[in-house]
Amino acid sequence: MGTDFLQYVISGITIGAIYAMVAIGYNIIYSVTEIINFAQGEFVMLGGLFAVFFAGTLHLPLYLAFICAVAVAGCIGLAMDRFIIGRARESSVLSLIIITIAVSILLKGSAMLGWGKDPYSLPAFSSGGPIMVAGAAIQPQALWIIGICALVVISLTLFFRKSVYGQAMLACANNPQAARLVGIPVRYMVFLSFILSAAIGAAAGVIITPVSMMEYERGALLGLKGFGAAALGGLGQFFGALVAGLILGLAESFCAGYLSSGYKDAVALVLLLMVLFLKPEGLFGNREAARLKKF
Amino acid sequence: MTGTDFQPSAPILKVSGLWMKFGGVTALRDVSYEVPEKVIQAVIGPNGAGKTTLFNCISGMLGPSEGSITFLGQAIGGIAPHRIAVAGVARTFQHVALFKKMSVLENVMMGRHPRTGSGFLAAGLRLPGMRSEEKLIRSRALEYLEFAGLAGCAGVESGTLPLGKQKILEIARALATEPRLILLDEPAGGLNMKETEDLGELIQGIKKLGVTVMLVEHDMNLIMDISDRVLVLHYGEVLASGAPAEIKENGAVVEAYLGAEDEE
Amino acid sequence: MGRKNWLIMLGAAIFIGVFPWLVMPFKAVSHYVDVMVFAGIFSLVCIGLSLLMGYAGQISLAQAAFFGIGAYTSGILTSKFGVNPWLAMGGGTVVCATVAWVVGVPSLRLKGHYLAMATLGFGVIVNIIFAEEVNWTGGPSGMIDIPYLRMFGRKITSDLAWYYLVWGIVFLVLIFCFHVLHSRVGRALRAIHEDERAAESVGVPTAGFKVRVFMLSAVLASIAGSLYTHYVTCLNPSSFNLMWSIRFVLMVMVGGMQSLWGALVGTVLMTFVGNEWLQVFAELEILAYGAILLVVALFLPGGIVSIGGFRRKRRQSALEGAGT
Repeated sequence: MGTDFLQYVISGITIGAIYAMVAIGYNIIYSVTEIINFAQGEFVMLGGLFAVFFAGTLHLPLYLAFICAVAVAGCIGLAMDRFIIGRARESSVLSLIIITIAVSILLKGSAMLGWGKDPYSLPAFSSGGPIMVAGAAIQPQALWIIGICALVVISLTLFFRKSVYGQAMLACANNPQAARLVGIPVRYMVFLSFILSAAIGAAAGVIITPVSMMEYERGALLGLKGFGAAALGGLGQFFGALVAGLILGLAESFCAGYLSSGYKDAVALVLLLMVLFLKPEGLFGNREAARLKKF
Repeated sequence: MTGTDFQPSAPILKVSGLWMKFGGVTALRDVSYEVPEKVIQAVIGPNGAGKTTLFNCISGMLGPSEGSITFLGQAIGGIAPHRIAVAGVARTFQHVALFKKMSVLENVMMGRHPRTGSGFLAAGLRLPGMRSEEKLIRSRALEYLEFAGLAGCAGVESGTLPLGKQKILEIARALATEPRLILLDEPAGGLNMKETEDLGELIQGIKKLGVTVMLVEHDMNLIMDISDRVLVLHYGEVLASGAPAEIKENGAVVEAYLGAEDEE
Repeated sequence: MGRKNWLIMLGAAIFIGVFPWLVMPFKAVSHYVDVMVFAGIFSLVCIGLSLLMGYAGQISLAQAAFFGIGAYTSGILTSKFGVNPWLAMGGGTVVCATVAWVVGVPSLRLKGHYLAMATLGFGVIVNIIFAEEVNWTGGPSGMIDIPYLRMFGRKITSDLAWYYLVWGIVFLVLIFCFHVLHSRVGRALRAIHEDERAAESVGVPTAGFKVRVFMLSAVLASIAGSLYTHYVTCLNPSSFNLMWSIRFVLMVMVGGMQSLWGALVGTVLMTFVGNEWLQVFAELEILAYGAILLVVALFLPGGIVSIGGFRRKRRQSALEGAGT
């Protein structure tokens, strides 16, 4: 019983870290543009599959494959903004929703063409067997996932709090006109947000692939759960996303362990609905600020 | 015409101890006031004095932080705007809020909404009651258009009207709800002199219908001409109230306005 | 509902009436009758979605879930409990209306992205339930042996009988919906789409109307689901997944969501595209869907019916304010 519990906690934290990273991807684009990118989950899928391509097909070393996959996803994110979202900046919210959904279908379809319908795996980042803690097994890859997630959260927080670029990006969201007036290149900041968000999503995809494999149609559900984490934490809140991602991961893991593995995917979604219905500003969001946003 | 024919009667609207706070900003601070029935009640004050916030509270667009609003003896503070409309309070908006893609007539027909009742089923099955109701909606809407002098453009898409006519149309739409109290938020904003004059006549016509008018306005000439009573708000507080002539002479009011002008 | 709409309806009815007799003599296209049965069934879903999206301005990515709830309610009641199919269809609408009410009341307080995500999440949950409740739904492997629909004591089996039944219902529903739109209720829905604040100020209970139109769209999807069940006589969760919800949105958008005729045209066209013409591309189908959706959203927000000046004045504003 105790061992099981510990095991569920570990797997919950691992998958929760992934959700947190997906949620952070939503937050970055939302912070700068107030757009929710429905294609966010597809970048996770693409990250995993591109890493498989670079490591498995081109036989690059794993760390290089990781970097290349993230870079490629970043470029796709840039292209998505440059060629599609950028054209629709003045469109209504409904149009933007439809457009990002269309992009997600296109990415998913392309992935199916490129990789087929089979799931792929990657070797773990470090070899060696699981580490035993109080009878529970921790895969080294889980440590990699948690570590990389922590790194992303810390560096992003620093980036947005301390760096000139980060401050400039946030200024764009608060008031694009004013940002333009003080000489911030808003367009460039939007590009940057799409690149960053795609890259972080892809990184999440690469690190999860050794644990749970990756296939072309995983994106939508990962994206939806990631959005659940973003909403639960409060849109735009990076620390909130981390906490919420872990809550979602743990809830899912416990459900799979103690209740029903079939319904584990529903847990995060039920939580998502509950947040949207009961506390749409999220656990860490600001109710006053939330009222002004477009939802 | 001044407020000489004004006789105090039972208050139609009673606001007491009203506070409205947005985060750290206090927009209304302990406002208490009574509006008698069948008068033209102006609300004035420098920008940011809380005039529109007061209207938003009365019409239910905002739920007050504290205090009560009583309309015809019924507490309406914090209840949904559509229920307040049904209770008999209509309003217009500072920035015209017409249904721009609907025709002029359809806009006024929308005003009949709270006084009619057929729903999805009656409409979908075209039950006889609904058909006669629809005819009545149309004929009553035409009457209100006539009253407002817009009968000539009933079929026009409302968004294409010039601003002056849009403002009048918005008033006609509000009147069509058969209110006992109508709130007009800067009806003369953006109008020229001739249009403002016509508007003044229309507002007096509304009063003659037995409808109480509350009016936020910056055009002092209009206010002095038509209103019976004036309420002055300043930084969310009641600064003064009384007949227009008294307000004109009130030192505090003059100072508040001059002060505000300096800031701008 | 206006002279123009009656004329279009007459034309459409004549076309639908003679269509089978035009295609049946030719072997290559005789199965178009079958495709049109599906188009009719999907039209019911899309007419509801058009009311919701195009007129009331609210998005739903959960229509496939309501379609599925109707389908499974019919399937379970008729095959496991021997309930009369028509009664089961009525049961489905009650279930759907109830579910739509429960989900709609909190969801429709949300706007734009959040509403889309909430309906999306709800749809996925429903789909998981279809796949997991194996005892009731047969799970991923599906449900079979659903009885045929009976009318006047006879089983309805031929494509032609189904064709006229389904399209008869479609026209009844269209007339119902046109009447709704050209009434106090329809004006209120358009008012909500244009300016919620102003609608409230003239006494429209905006939240209540949004929930009711959401319920109406769910009921129409449920009827469609019941018909679908008895037509194909087997059910599988994959017919009611997220992709189908997106397809319904696509059908409405391709035709033009601000017009019920648009929903109809879009549905028929996209059903043929999906069931017939895209089969050539096989695996590329999904890419084609994405591309069509993108092109329509970017370049033709008013849909097909906005081409050539038809409703030109609304063209620019077709999506304006929707879901914001």
